[in-house]
Amino acid sequence: MTTIQHIITILAVMAGTMLTRFLPFLIFPEGKNPPRYITWLGTVLPHAVIGLLVVYCLKDAVFSAYHGLPELIAIVFLFVLHKWKRNTLLSIAGGTVLYMVLVQNFFTG
Amino acid sequence: MKRNAFRAALPHTIPIAVGFLFLGMSYGFLMRSKGFSFVYPMLMSFFIFAGSMEFVTANLLLSAFDPLYACLLALMVNARHLFYGLSMLDKYRGTGWKKLYLIYGMCDESFTINCSVTPPPDVDRGWFMFFVTLLNQAYWVTGATLGALLGYVIRFNTMGIEFVMTALFVVMFINQWEESKSHRSALTGVGCTLLCLLLFGSQSFLLPAMALIILCFTFFGTKENREAVK
Repeated sequence: MTTIQHIITILAVMAGTMLTRFLPFLIFPEGKNPPRYITWLGTVLPHAVIGLLVVYCLKDAVFSAYHGLPELIAIVFLFVLHKWKRNTLLSIAGGTVLYMVLVQNFFTG
Repeated sequence: MKRNAFRAALPHTIPIAVGFLFLGMSYGFLMRSKGFSFVYPMLMSFFIFAGSMEFVTANLLLSAFDPLYACLLALMVNARHLFYGLSMLDKYRGTGWKKLYLIYGMCDESFTINCSVTPPPDVDRGWFMFFVTLLNQAYWVTGATLGALLGYVIRFNTMGIEFVMTALFVVMFINQWEESKSHRSALTGVGCTLLCLLLFGSQSFLLPAMALIILCFTFFGTKENREAVK
């Protein structure tokens, strides 16, 4: 991609993001209430999207040389660490550092 | 009035400051390790200002040029903001010009504070929410820029650092899982996406997965479920 294409891509992402933030205020100006279906989607969709993003992050792992084994080890470690310490940042840091150690030293090539 | 509101807002944003500086720095560092100048994370964190989508955009910038896909992806990944907006219709009412910025900067964390914290009676509500949003964005942009700048100075083997994004989403997934009684929507998200990954392959599974998720909710979300939410 060229720099111009980078800028267009970033602007496209920005437009998509801003649309999600401004749309409700445009559709429902002061005094109008959204239908129940929309409100309900708002409560279930966030959970589903996080699940989608987890799969998105791991999409190439399964088809790689080690079939996602280093990812699996790091996620199990992260899970145990999170259950134990309940510290979001610590869990993210711990999981990432372990993964880096694994792919740099044991799952090479 | 402004000073009062700032003083009231600041303590609520301190935990966010720690999180945003850390995550922002990993994001900046990640961008740097992918070969981007620090200008990229700085401007992207400022203009896009949607953490998870910025991580995803890092990948988009390294793949084939497709702005429409990028826009649709941003729409879906940030679809939750639609619902934040719906919940804030009332709260943001009557805040004047600040309303535009409040909507622009409505990330998960600012939304959470603004929707759950009631400022003390002598503090202007509009300015309070304005400073919450502004401080949070300042932490994020600072973190992203610092992380990228550090990427120039500190040299170590960054192989595998992209896992920070996976780790972030896994932790969010665990947190959400534990907060909710029904795991149906989380499972729908994982299930539909896995199915589409197998059917469409890793290059083009995301949009069908998003469509399938919405279809599932629309057709299998029973009336009782919707009532229960109400």
